[in-house]
Amino acid sequence: MKTSVSTFALMAALALPGAAFAQDKNVKIGVLDDMSGVYADVGGQGSILAAQMAIEDSGMAAKGWKVDLISADHQNKADVGVNISRQWIDQEKVDGIFGVLTSSVALAVNGVAKEKNIVYMNSGAAASDLTNSACSPNTIHWTYDTYLLANGTGKAVVKSGGDSWFFVTADYAFGQALERDTTDVIKANGGKVLGSVRHPLNSADFSSFLLQAQASKAKIIGLANAGGDTTNAIKQASEFGITSGGQKLAALLLFSSDVHSLGLKMAQGLQFTETFYWDLNDGTRAFSKRFSERMKNKNQPTMVQAGIYASIIHYMKALDANGSNPHDGVKMVDKMKSMPTDDPLFGKGEIQPNGRKVHPGYLFEVKKPEESKYPWDYYKLVATIPANEAFTPLDKSTCSLLKK
Amino acid sequence: MFNISTQALFAQLLVGLINGSFYALLSLGLAVIFGMLNIINFAHGALYMMGAFCAYFLLNVLGINYWMALILAPLLIGVLGAVLERTMLQRLAGLDHLYGLLLTFGLALIIQGLFQNYFGSSGLPYAIPQQLTGGQNLGFMFLPNYRAWVVIFSLTVCLATWYAIEKTKLGAYLRAATENPTLVRAFGINVPRMITLTYGFGVGLAALAGVLSAPINQVRPLMGADLIIVVFAVVVIGGMGSIMGSIVTGFALGILEGLTKYFYPEASNTVVFVIMAIVLTVKPNGLFGRA
Repeated sequence: MKTSVSTFALMAALALPGAAFAQDKNVKIGVLDDMSGVYADVGGQGSILAAQMAIEDSGMAAKGWKVDLISADHQNKADVGVNISRQWIDQEKVDGIFGVLTSSVALAVNGVAKEKNIVYMNSGAAASDLTNSACSPNTIHWTYDTYLLANGTGKAVVKSGGDSWFFVTADYAFGQALERDTTDVIKANGGKVLGSVRHPLNSADFSSFLLQAQASKAKIIGLANAGGDTTNAIKQASEFGITSGGQKLAALLLFSSDVHSLGLKMAQGLQFTETFYWDLNDGTRAFSKRFSERMKNKNQPTMVQAGIYASIIHYMKALDANGSNPHDGVKMVDKMKSMPTDDPLFGKGEIQPNGRKVHPGYLFEVKKPEESKYPWDYYKLVATIPANEAFTPLDKSTCSLLKK
Repeated sequence: MFNISTQALFAQLLVGLINGSFYALLSLGLAVIFGMLNIINFAHGALYMMGAFCAYFLLNVLGINYWMALILAPLLIGVLGAVLERTMLQRLAGLDHLYGLLLTFGLALIIQGLFQNYFGSSGLPYAIPQQLTGGQNLGFMFLPNYRAWVVIFSLTVCLATWYAIEKTKLGAYLRAATENPTLVRAFGINVPRMITLTYGFGVGLAALAGVLSAPINQVRPLMGADLIIVVFAVVVIGGMGSIMGSIVTGFALGILEGLTKYFYPEASNTVVFVIMAIVLTVKPNGLFGRA
């Protein structure tokens, strides 16, 4: 009986190519993030939860799709990230990789995704290289990048009088890209850079670097680092009397998890740029409420986790619109680029031909302790950077995918 | 020009001394444990981290201030260390070093994993005690009061420990028990208890360093994991088990690292290991090690 059914099916399939039952509606996606290191609160378990919520909210199961989710810890090491990606693609048949904090890992995985032709949607890495010199037809860079951070925070600080800078930079792809992009913005706005010092990722003690920054007499000390490095630097800058001595700190990349960790007393007054804040509007609040209820530590989502959610939602829409054949990475990415994006967390937006997802950025300031009315009430909005100004203009992008 | 660079040099030397005090305190604990008990204590970083967390909870749950935490946290963690020694490490006595290393390494992973599971990775804030906020302008640098306190306090603790082990009768018993436990037991001294207490003491030193560092760094589950490898290098350079060696090397390497941060910051995380490689080539027993 079984044989005759399958024979019949085979005959039908031959007779009617592309018939409905030949559709492949199975996809497998992986969240590859720092699960245990300095950035684990920025991504980590929250990234996996965001991906799960996106799959649930997309309603794909009801439409007959089967979406599998796997996850792994890349330990902020490019070689580990590449090995896991290859194993996922070769053995687990993963169709898309999401997340991938840490620019050095993100750039390495970028190469693997292109070579193996899968979908790669990055939410977490900052290096703007992903949509410039290292751009790929398989890659979409979702949440933010160093260009946005430089233009958001850098420009605002220079315009308010902070025209001489000294950088304390994390010595890897991300820090270097951030310093480079911010330097461009400072110079374009009439400021100057007096010097910089590069520290290894994950440094506990910043006193040496801070003293050098102090000695430079720069008005602004730009922290081109992230996570635990930034929080330690901010804490120790206050200890060394840097802020009381008249110099100001510019934390070029700060996440809500960092502010939560520092506490408002230490973090108050810092200005920085993000593309998502849980308390921004009704859409973000509704999502964040559901999210934090499911987080073990009740944390609100960071913009990186929000980006994972939103990018998977868009991917699911494209899968559904495509109908079938979800395994060709370039075709899926092209499909996503052709569709406008719309989700409750980042609003309406689009994906540029170089893979850059564009949406507004926000310049926030950390509230004073007395201004905070409820748990996680940390930010006040200073300015909104419209989507068309937030990211590298297409005519300035060095991406080879753009025909000029 | 020259004037400016001497100023910067002084500042970096002082900063190096501050970091060196943490290295010295931690490597001292390791040296005590290795020198007296022959255990390579890989859980040292995790216990250091627990010291910092202990201070955090004493303050935020029980309202006990920094000064009391400086005494209580090492005691509590020291007792925990003694329990670990009694229940687990003691069973490995007489076996190859590797077993102790594996056990303590595993313990460290479990402890760190548990803390990370509950407290995340970004850490918890711990403020500098009121009496030690602010700082002194030394002309060539601004020295926070708290950092000055760290140097003086840890130097005192280090020298006191060295004195207790090398110059007192108790220390003599301890050293004798390491050399020949059977003979010392024959004199009516309870060697196993002494070993348990010594392990507890070494662990207490780690916790003390943890409390000292809590106001400087965020209290993070991985704060010990980041530090412990460097501290092991310090111990190896100083000579495994040498008490004075670990103190001197701790401070010296802190200073060297500080200078590296000024002249070639990119290498500041690796300079200690480069020195370790050189020292091991020239003097395989370390600078102060006995052959």
